[in-house]
Amino acid sequence: MKQFIVAPAPHAHSGDSVRRNMLLVILALLPAYAVSVIEFGWGALITAAISVLACVCTEWCISRYLLKEQKQTIGDLSAVLTGLLLAFNLPSSIDWWIVIIGAIVAIGVGKMTFGGLGQNPFNPALVGRVFLLISFPAQMTTWPVAKGFATSYLDAETGATPLYYLKYIVKSYGKPEAAQDIANSVKALPDIMDAFLGAMGGSLGEVCALALILGGIFLICTKVITWHIPVAIIGTVVLFAASTGWAGILPEGLTTCDYIGYELLTGGLMLGAFFMATDYVTSPMSAWGKIIFGIGIGFIMMVIRTWGNYPEGMSFAILIMNACVPLLNKIRPQRFGEPKK
Amino acid sequence: MRTFKIGGVHPHDNKQFSAHQPITECPLPKQAIIPLVQHIGAPAQAVVAVGAKVKVGELLAKAGGFVSANICSPVSGTVTKIGDWKDAWGAPGQAIFIDVEGDEWLPEIDRSQDIIRQCTLEPKAIIDKIAAAGIVGLGGACFPTHVKLLPPPGKKAEVLIVNGVECEPYLTCDHQLMLEHGEEIIIGIEILKKALGVDRAIIGIENNKKDAIEHMEKLAQAKLGIEVQPLNLKYPQGGEKQLIDACIGRQVPSGALPIEVGAVVDNVATIYAVYEAVQKNKPLISRVMTVTGKNVTKPGNYSVRFGTPIEEVIALAGGVPADTGKIIGGGPMMGRAMDHIEEMPANKRLSGLLFLPEAESIRQEEENCIRCGKCVQACPMGLEPYLLQRMGELEMWEECEKHDVMDCIDCGCCVFTCPAHRRLLDGIRPAKAKVGALIRERNANK
Repeated sequence: MKQFIVAPAPHAHSGDSVRRNMLLVILALLPAYAVSVIEFGWGALITAAISVLACVCTEWCISRYLLKEQKQTIGDLSAVLTGLLLAFNLPSSIDWWIVIIGAIVAIGVGKMTFGGLGQNPFNPALVGRVFLLISFPAQMTTWPVAKGFATSYLDAETGATPLYYLKYIVKSYGKPEAAQDIANSVKALPDIMDAFLGAMGGSLGEVCALALILGGIFLICTKVITWHIPVAIIGTVVLFAASTGWAGILPEGLTTCDYIGYELLTGGLMLGAFFMATDYVTSPMSAWGKIIFGIGIGFIMMVIRTWGNYPEGMSFAILIMNACVPLLNKIRPQRFGEPKK
Repeated sequence: MRTFKIGGVHPHDNKQFSAHQPITECPLPKQAIIPLVQHIGAPAQAVVAVGAKVKVGELLAKAGGFVSANICSPVSGTVTKIGDWKDAWGAPGQAIFIDVEGDEWLPEIDRSQDIIRQCTLEPKAIIDKIAAAGIVGLGGACFPTHVKLLPPPGKKAEVLIVNGVECEPYLTCDHQLMLEHGEEIIIGIEILKKALGVDRAIIGIENNKKDAIEHMEKLAQAKLGIEVQPLNLKYPQGGEKQLIDACIGRQVPSGALPIEVGAVVDNVATIYAVYEAVQKNKPLISRVMTVTGKNVTKPGNYSVRFGTPIEEVIALAGGVPADTGKIIGGGPMMGRAMDHIEEMPANKRLSGLLFLPEAESIRQEEENCIRCGKCVQACPMGLEPYLLQRMGELEMWEECEKHDVMDCIDCGCCVFTCPAHRRLLDGIRPAKAKVGALIRERNANK
């Protein structure tokens, strides 16, 4: 009598896997990465390589020597993705040892402390980034100017980002003595098309909005992520920026439309909205949870951008909303047959 | 085209193996094994004794309660044993064993090929005939059909929904039945409309069966109040609640029956059985089964008398393929993997046999839940499978109940879609059983 395999239904599987999802996200990041290699040259290549390597090594070492796991999890590619995302959030000219510290904090403190993939409350790459931002504020906010394929890695010129000027403009509203500086700031803003295509200063992976949006659309089409979080974040930012414009704060030469455009296309918004906030582990489960999560991120980020001390608030906004996820997971999905909420 | 609104997944339908294979009659067995439980509800009670001579169609066991069904003899011969028996999944039960002698039918059964179109019976008489014939839902749940036709007081059926969806991958028996016996099914629908007193019937068919949609549309054209609703391909569209949502856009509330929204759902195979019972006096003694799989030599749709050992049906399809890892009774999404095939008869519940190669039979190793929420998106009932599994494992029964574990329809969408290969249902099923028991206990104490 032949023995057959007995297991409970279902006996079919979609073929989806953790590795496949991570791989698709990495693929979706490649266009933006290609742009930053063109813009920042060797700096982009080296920083990303160090970051990925350091993240994978950290995960391997911790699970081998501290947790004494029999099975390694680096094969699921989540550490590679964390490394890549961390690098995307760093200036390309940053010192190599800072990158390594960031990677150790990201994987070590941000992820493995909690038990590895799936257990961490905060986005590991952002934990690493914010740790560096607080520890090395000067190095973390000095960005090289994008100028085609730069050959020298460490000697790139540095410049302020558009968000710095925007904050100055909005903050200086109503101060007659700042009128000249405001006008200069408006002039210093990059062309909106340059901002869209990525020809401007900024962290390694966040400069080219176009490439990030394409990557994000790819992820939505391949059903790796859903539209809820990015749309909620972007929608909130548009509304917030538009109301700033309607309030009459903006100086001459900066229209509300342009202002919205700069807020959307510069800084970490697109990277954050499509790739960081949508991190499976640290975002809510239900559709409504995701929408509220996105609105929260957009709002907090704009508050920091407008009134905070840092020029950019995406990382903080995502981390703060990460902390709200257990609460947001109390929002139940629409049950079948339940009256509409 | 319509479909249901919440969740669902898109497994490969794999119907190419047995689709359009004409229904083939399986020869009579030497010995028939007739289990007394072939339906949901109380077991039927044997009314024959050992040694009795029975004819095809004779009552072997009568319904053992309100929710139960008669069992009529599918063969003629001598009852040799009534006693313990185990099904292919190892569950013990009672069965009647009959040594088959010839093929002698009760005289009142019309065995001709003629289609009888006129039905002059009153609703009550129709329902009695259906009950006498032992008809149960042949789509999988095996709920006694006559019970569905008697709405509880105060409830009124408005529409009959005919389930021609066959959303389980691989299975093609309902598809082939619609192609070969479409006209009888239409007559069956008219009979049921009359029994229920409704003037509208909707036949839901998924659009991977375009020929069946066209065929049924052509047949339904001449009839008043029968429409065909083509449906977008999505599993589990054949689920009763999902089909009602897809066809008429009404959602049956949690814990309620379809009659709550004025609907009664019956499968096409059930309706064909209704036609045969009412018009031809033929009780439910056989069904069409799909025998299929990637490596099956002669996959097809076989008309099998109940009681026929499935080994004989398998032999007809070319035997068990060499590299078979799993034999599934039913489809791959909700069917159950059989432990053995010996002494297992065809019966009302068995809609097909699926042979999965070894490589597809082994479940992948589980990884950590990555909280991607894909199970939540896939759940057609709008539940949170990841949470229910965890609560189930931690035996948090009250929390499980609060999170509507009883609404789970066991469709398997969550497990199918989980990228971490988590065995969500392994945690949810026991929770459902336990919470169900607790609720019954609570109600009994009231």
